[in-house]
Amino acid sequence: MIAELGHFALALALPVALIQSIVPMMGAARGVSAWMDVGRPAALLQLALVTTSFSALMWCFINSDFSVVNVFQNSHTAKPLLYKISGVWGNHEGSMVLWILILAAFGAAVAAFGGNLPERLRARVLSVQGMIGLGFLLFVLFTSNPFLRIDPAPIEGRGLNPLLQDPGLAFHPPMLYLGYVGFSMAFSFAVAALIEGRVDAAWARWVRPWTLAAWTFLTLGIGLGSWWAYYELGWGGWWFWDPVENASFIPWLTGTALLHSAIVVERRETLKSWTVLLALITFSLSMLGTFLVRSGIITSVHAFASDPARGVFVLLLLGIAVGGSLTLYAIRAPALEGGGLFAPISREGGLLINNLLLTTAAATVLVGTLYPLLAEAIGLGKLSVGPPYFNAVFIPLMTPLLLLTGVGPFLAWKRADLSGALQRLKLAFVTAIAVFAGVWLLTGGGLGAIAAAAGMALAAWLGAAAIVEWLSRASLNGMPSLSRVLAMPRAAHGMTLAHLGMAVVIVGITGASAWKEERIEALKPGQHIDAGGYRFTFDGARRTDGPNYEAVQGTYTVTKDGAPVAVLTPERRSYAQPPQGTTEAAILSTFTRDLYAVIGEPDGDEGAFVSRIFIEPFVPWLWAGVLMMGLGGFVSLTDRRYRVGAGRRASTVAAVQAAA
Amino acid sequence: MRGRLVFLLPLAIVGALMLVFGKRLLDVGRGEDLRILPTVLLDTPVPDMALDAIPGRGRNPDGLTDEDLRGEVALVNIWGSWCVACLAEHPVLNEIAKSGVVPVQGIAWRDSPAASLGWLAKHGDPYARIGQDPKSRAAIAFGVTGAPETFVVDRQGVIRYKHTGPISPEAWERTIKPLVMELSK
Amino acid sequence: MGLIAMMTAISLGALAVEPSERLADPALESRAREVSKALRCVVCQNESIDDSNAELAKDMRILVRDRINAGDSNQAVLDYMVERYGDFVLLKPRVMPTTIALWVAPAVLLALGLLVLIRTMRRRAMAEPTALSSDEALKLKRLMDGAP
Repeated sequence: MIAELGHFALALALPVALIQSIVPMMGAARGVSAWMDVGRPAALLQLALVTTSFSALMWCFINSDFSVVNVFQNSHTAKPLLYKISGVWGNHEGSMVLWILILAAFGAAVAAFGGNLPERLRARVLSVQGMIGLGFLLFVLFTSNPFLRIDPAPIEGRGLNPLLQDPGLAFHPPMLYLGYVGFSMAFSFAVAALIEGRVDAAWARWVRPWTLAAWTFLTLGIGLGSWWAYYELGWGGWWFWDPVENASFIPWLTGTALLHSAIVVERRETLKSWTVLLALITFSLSMLGTFLVRSGIITSVHAFASDPARGVFVLLLLGIAVGGSLTLYAIRAPALEGGGLFAPISREGGLLINNLLLTTAAATVLVGTLYPLLAEAIGLGKLSVGPPYFNAVFIPLMTPLLLLTGVGPFLAWKRADLSGALQRLKLAFVTAIAVFAGVWLLTGGGLGAIAAAAGMALAAWLGAAAIVEWLSRASLNGMPSLSRVLAMPRAAHGMTLAHLGMAVVIVGITGASAWKEERIEALKPGQHIDAGGYRFTFDGARRTDGPNYEAVQGTYTVTKDGAPVAVLTPERRSYAQPPQGTTEAAILSTFTRDLYAVIGEPDGDEGAFVSRIFIEPFVPWLWAGVLMMGLGGFVSLTDRRYRVGAGRRASTVAAVQAAA
Repeated sequence: MRGRLVFLLPLAIVGALMLVFGKRLLDVGRGEDLRILPTVLLDTPVPDMALDAIPGRGRNPDGLTDEDLRGEVALVNIWGSWCVACLAEHPVLNEIAKSGVVPVQGIAWRDSPAASLGWLAKHGDPYARIGQDPKSRAAIAFGVTGAPETFVVDRQGVIRYKHTGPISPEAWERTIKPLVMELSK
Repeated sequence: MGLIAMMTAISLGALAVEPSERLADPALESRAREVSKALRCVVCQNESIDDSNAELAKDMRILVRDRINAGDSNQAVLDYMVERYGDFVLLKPRVMPTTIALWVAPAVLLALGLLVLIRTMRRRAMAEPTALSSDEALKLKRLMDGAP
C-alpha cells in the first residue's frame, strides 16, 4: 500500500513538473503574470509529492517490507535502524529519488524565498528547474523505479553492503547531492538569464547565495567521503584520484571558479558570459558524474552495478540538458559582452587568473579521468591513468593559485598597485620563509625535505596573508577594533575563514603525504611496535559480536616514554548478509597527528596477529581545514546583502523614476 | 564573426564527448566486457618456464616447460580447483581432449597437489601434461588476470591467441578450432 | 565517496603487505614498495598492488621483491610487468605517442586559456567606451534629473 502511494506520488510529480516547465516559461515570454505565477505553487507541490514518495520508500525500508524489490535487494531485518534509513539512498534507485527530492527542495526554496526576484526571472528559473526535474523523473519512473514489487515476498532481504553501514558514509550522499544538485540553481539562473538576454550585477547577487550553498555542501560532502575512506578502508589513505572521486572534484573546482567570477560580475558587471558558461558547465559536470557512475563504462570501486540501458537514458538527458543550454549559450552569449574595463593588475585580473587556473585544473583532471575511456574507444589500447599522473599535473597548477590567493584580496578593483599590495604582505612573506627554513632544517635538510617544507611554507603564506588582510580591515589606528569587525560584511569574514581553512588543509595534505609512517608486524600478546615516538603493545585479541556481524577485536596499549597514552581497539568484522569483511581501524587524534591501528589476520598458532600501525601527521588538520572552509561558506551565506540588497535596489530605482 | 565561433567551442567539445560515450555504451550493450585485458603477448614466444609435475598424477611425461610447447600446436589452459568458471568449461576441454584435435596442456594455478588431483578425479582429466604454478610465476609470465584463460600456441611455440574466461562450445567451434586447424596445416 | 556496488569484490585490506613478504634490507624493501605503488592491481578496480588484498596482487608483490633482490633496477621490474600486461599495469602512463596528448594537455589547456584571456582583454581595451553599469546609469539619471 505504502509503496504504491510512493509510486503514485512520484508519478503525479511528473505532470506537475511538466506544467512547471512549460507554463511559467510561456508566461515570461508573453508577460502574462497569471502563468508566471504558476511556477511557485507548482514547485511547492512538486516538493510535497516527491517528499511523500521518498518518505514512502523510507517507510518500506524501516519496516523491512521485502515485497518491494529495492528493499529486498538492499536491506535486512538485522540491520541497525540508522542503516535501514541510509539504505534508502545506498543504491541506485533510491539515490535517484534523493536526487530528485533535493532538486525539488531547491526549486521550492526559490518559490518560497525568491520574493525579491523579478517576476520573469523567477518564473524562468522555476521553469528550468522543472525541466531538469522532469528529465530525472522520467528516468526514475521508466528505468529505475524503486517501488517495484516482488511476489511472493521474500522473508529476508539481501542486506546492505557492510562498507555502507557506517555513519560517515550514511550522510555522505545527501551532503554530496546537496552540492551537486545545488549547482542546478546556478544552471537554472544562467539559462534564465540567457533567455532573458540580460546578465547584470543584480543577477550575480541573486545567484550567489545558491552557488555558495551548493559549494559549501559539496566541500563538506567531498570531505566527508575522504574522511570515511580514511578511517574505514584501513590504510590511512584519503584520496585516490578514482574516477568517481574525480567526478565530484571537477565540479567543485569549477564551482569554486564560479563563486569567484560571480563576484566580478556583481562588482564590476564584467566577465558575464564567462560566468554564465561556468554556471552551465558546473552543473553539467555534476550530471556527467552521475552518468559515469551509473552507466558501466568506467571501472571504479565506486561504480554502481552497470546497466547500459540506464546509461543511454542518462546520456540522452545529458545531451538534451547540456547540449541545449550550450546551444542557447552559443546563440545568446555574444550579446552579453561589455562591462567595466580593468587593468591586468587588479582584483578583476587576479580573479581572472584564479578562474584560469581552476578551470585548467578541472579540465586536466577531466582529461586524465576520461583518457583511458577515450583511448580505448578509438582503439589505442588499454591504459591506466592513476594517482602518479594526477599528482604530477595537479600540484604545479594549484601552487601558483595558492600563492595568488594570498595576494588577491589586497588588490584594488580596476587598477591595483601591486608593489603596494606586496608591501603589505611582507609579514606573510617573512613568515613563509621562516616556516620553510624551520621545517626544512627540522626534517633533516637535504633534497628530499624540500617538497614538504615548501608545502608548509605555502600554507603559512596563505594563512598569514589571510590573517593580515583580515586584520587590516578590522583595525582602527593600527589596533583591531570590535566595532570594525562587526561592521565588516559577513562575506569578508567568510572569505578569510575559507582561505584560512584552505591553508590548514594544505598543512594536512603536506604532513600526511610527506611524513607518514607505517609499521607492519606479526605481534604476539606482549610484543610491541615503536612508531612516531610511541610504543604500541599488543595485549591480545578477543571475539566481540555486533547486531549483524562477528568480530575479532585487538587491544593495543599506547605509551609514550613509559607513560600511558591510550588504548586502541581495532576490529576485524565479518558480516553474514551479504558475506563480507571490513576492517574498523582504531584512531587516536592528537593536535599534530593521528595514531592509527589496524588488526589483521592471525599469524601462526601462538595467538599472534598481523598488526599495522600508521602514524599520520597533521591529518586532523585536513578535516579541520575542510570544516573551516564549510564554515566560511555558511558565514558568507548569512551576509545581509544577499537577502536585502537586490530587492532594495529595485525599489530605489522605482522611487527615483516616480520622483522624476 | 570569429568571436562567435569561440562560443560554439564548449558545445562542440561536449558533442564529441557524447559521441564517444554513446559508442562505448553500445559496445557494452553488445556484450563487450570492459574488464577483459587483451593480451600483449600475441605473436611472441611462450615464456620460459619449468613447472613441476603434480606428484601423484602418475602420468609420464608430465610437468610443463616451454620446450614442451614446441613441435605441435597446443592449447595452454590455466585453471584451479577453486575456480567456478573452470568447472563450467571443463566438459568442453574433456571433449576437445577426447577428439584428439589438439592437446590441452594445463597449468594448475595457485593450487595444492591434493586439491588439483581431487578435482580432476571428480571432473575428468583432459590434460596431456600439467605444470604446477603455486606462486603465479607462470601466470604472471603469461599476463593472466584470472582463471580460466586459454592460449593457442603454434608449432614454433609462439602464442597466437588468448581466450579469456571459460571456453564455450561456440567459442571452440567458431574461433579456436578453426585457428588450430589453420596452424596445424 | 560515491556509492559502492555489491557486485564488486572490494579489497579492504589495510595496506596489504604482510610482514612475511618484506625484504630484510630496508633500502631494497622501500624500493619494492615504491615499485609496488606504481603497479596496478589487474584484478581490482583502480588499486595498486601495494594497496590490494587480492591473491594475484600478493604474488606480484613477491615477484617484485624477488627481482629487486636479484638486482633488477626499479625500471627493469616495471618493464618486466609491462612486457606481460601492457601499459595498463602502469599507474603513471609512460610518455609515448598514445599518451602525448595526455601529458601535454595541462600545458596546452593553460596556454590556450591564457591566449583567450589576453585576446579578450586586448579587444576590450580597444573597444569603445563601455556601456554604463546599472549603478552608473542610476547615478547619471539622478544627476540629470537634479535629484538630491
